[in-house]
Amino acid sequence: MAKVLSIIPERCTACRACELACSIKHYGEFNTSRSRIKVSIFLEEAVYIPTACTQCTEAWCAKICPTTAILRNDDYMAYYVVDDKCVGCKMCVLACPFGAIELYADHGKAEKCDLCLSIDGDPECVKFCTPKALLFTDEDAGPKAKQAATALRLKEALQEAAS
Amino acid sequence: MGWTGTILRVNLSSGSVAKEPLDGHLARSYIGGRGLATKILYDEIDPTLDPLGPANKLILATGPLTGTNAPTGGRYMVVTKSPLTGAIACSNSGGYVGAEMKYAGYDLVIVEGKAPHPVYLWINNDRVEIRDAVQVWGTSTHKTEDALRAATNAEAKICSIGPAGETLSLTAAVMNDKHRAAGRSGVGAVMGSKNLKAIVFRGTRSVKVAHPHAFMRACLQAVAKLQAEPGSGEGLPMYGTPGIVSVINAHGFMPTNNFQFGQFAGADRISGETIRDEILIRNKGCFACTIACARVTKVKAGKFRGSGEGPEYETVWGLGAMTGVSDLAAVTRAGYLCNELGMDTIEAGVAIATAMELFEAGYIPERDIGRPLRFGDADALVEMTEKLGRGEGFGAILALGGARLAERYDHSELFMGVKRQAFAAYDGRGAQGMALGYATSNRGACHLRGYTISAEVFGVPRKVDPFATEGKAALAKASQDATAFVDSTGTCLFTTFALGPADLHAMLELATDSGYTVDEVIKIGERIWNLERLFNLRAGLSAKDDTLPRRILEEPIPAGPAKGKVARLGEMLPEYYTLRGWTPEGVPTPEKLRALSLAPNS
Repeated sequence: MAKVLSIIPERCTACRACELACSIKHYGEFNTSRSRIKVSIFLEEAVYIPTACTQCTEAWCAKICPTTAILRNDDYMAYYVVDDKCVGCKMCVLACPFGAIELYADHGKAEKCDLCLSIDGDPECVKFCTPKALLFTDEDAGPKAKQAATALRLKEALQEAAS
Repeated sequence: MGWTGTILRVNLSSGSVAKEPLDGHLARSYIGGRGLATKILYDEIDPTLDPLGPANKLILATGPLTGTNAPTGGRYMVVTKSPLTGAIACSNSGGYVGAEMKYAGYDLVIVEGKAPHPVYLWINNDRVEIRDAVQVWGTSTHKTEDALRAATNAEAKICSIGPAGETLSLTAAVMNDKHRAAGRSGVGAVMGSKNLKAIVFRGTRSVKVAHPHAFMRACLQAVAKLQAEPGSGEGLPMYGTPGIVSVINAHGFMPTNNFQFGQFAGADRISGETIRDEILIRNKGCFACTIACARVTKVKAGKFRGSGEGPEYETVWGLGAMTGVSDLAAVTRAGYLCNELGMDTIEAGVAIATAMELFEAGYIPERDIGRPLRFGDADALVEMTEKLGRGEGFGAILALGGARLAERYDHSELFMGVKRQAFAAYDGRGAQGMALGYATSNRGACHLRGYTISAEVFGVPRKVDPFATEGKAALAKASQDATAFVDSTGTCLFTTFALGPADLHAMLELATDSGYTVDEVIKIGERIWNLERLFNLRAGLSAKDDTLPRRILEEPIPAGPAKGKVARLGEMLPEYYTLRGWTPEGVPTPEKLRALSLAPNS
């Protein structure tokens, strides 16, 4: 079964280590503004939300790409950009409903999360996420875990109501 | 590599902005952060100058590991001549500002002169503007950040001063990311004296390291060690810094009611456990920090309701045990006020506690304060904290800090600190190494300039008897030198619970490829310590300032496990000077300076 990057925002501590791990993995440099995962920090509300490409099944970025520069690696079920084919037209940027693909001005190519295809095991961001807000899990593990948690809460509420 | 190689120099008097290359030899010799900024301040200013005059300089400094994935690699230092102590000031902070400064392309930002009217600096990569700050002058650090982010860039990271800094309070901190403080030594007042309200950073550049893959492996190893160690892996994430309230109180040296007692009856009410149970929303990490000790909290009901970050251990002590207040909501509220108005919670708390003892002893008349000011009075604590931050009424006297307050009422012996800077939350009578550390700290009383408590209480790296004086001179020196090294890399001292100099050295070397050895980086720490000492000697301080208040030297702790103890400084100080290679008068010998490459002709 394909694995997905599963994000649990409640666990995030806003340290941005994932952004650093991503940028050095892909560019060999630390640069949070070139990270393919982004932590949005709502300081006042104490809400920290990492976001990255969701690897849509029907990926509009790939569909709209006029040069078919966005391909899917079937082993990882992850979409990636073929640099040589990307002409920097920004159609993918327009098409993505999440803003998960960006065009970087200095080399004019689209960039997106590819789940670190080139490595074994966890993507680099997951390796550095000490609070375990990022997990590389089986596709249905995230929803299953949420279902289980919901069921547990319901069970406790019912027990409380009955007692 | 590691360093950006660029210094930004801004003169607020002339409005000039200049970029200078970082001297590679200097960077290698002092690493960055505390070390490099100290060297530059030492070379560029007259140590006898008026700290609040335009000739003083304010240096913001990152280290080569700031902005990298080295765990806790987000620190920056604020270095200047302190208006509180007259000595060198060096206050450090986490949050995101240090990293953003690196991404903007600068290792250091040196601010000189004084603007003719309130301004802020807008540093957007290469573009640097000095902008009018009249619209945010007088506002809290929180409102300042919101307004300046709206005026510049939504992603900008900001350090600023609050009303305390503007009114030149000697308790004033430089605040960043709303809740993080470069807290001690009155560095916020220096910023205020320059009419500089804030520095706004936005950076999209890269920080490069020499060996990215090996560096990342070393970082992962360091992360694993931090997670495996009980303090950094469990205690700090779970309970934050206040997790040690119960430990220090149980040892009998939690300073209470201005050091009149060594244990606080209300300790349970302000402990990390109680904070977790009652007000914690979640924990938070600074940039690249895998420990995440920060507490995001909310007081949901009552007259002290509000939200923010903290309180930290030093805060629940300074505004809690030290003032005898065990009302967690009040202590938390006072802590929030310190963040918003821009104050050091230690200096503010000690000033209020000093005033409480002076009042109870009858040395301050009630008409001066406008109300009774007794230990344990939660309402008085919050009211005085706010007045202090705004410099209103009696708050203007509190804003001078505990030392000057006590001097003003002719009872300077009731100020608990060294070199006019307040003690932190450990009574040196119960931990002799800490007593020596306080007395000899280059920035005045401070727990972060050689945290012997690690060994004396937590057994890191090995347990030593806190009441013994044997071996404490060597312990204090080793801890001071190691700390100066850590402070120069751009990482946080909390890593030292799990990481030794060798671990940090490994990351530093892989980042910079400087050819450092472990021995050499420790020697750099010693070089920095000696250079700070030379600054202080030239500023007019001397061995007579390496002392402790009479209470700590002569009045035994009255009860508890440390009952009967006093600080036996005289048994440790001569040995310390000898170990340091200093004369009996506390002056580094020419031989020592040569050995550290600090002598003019070396």
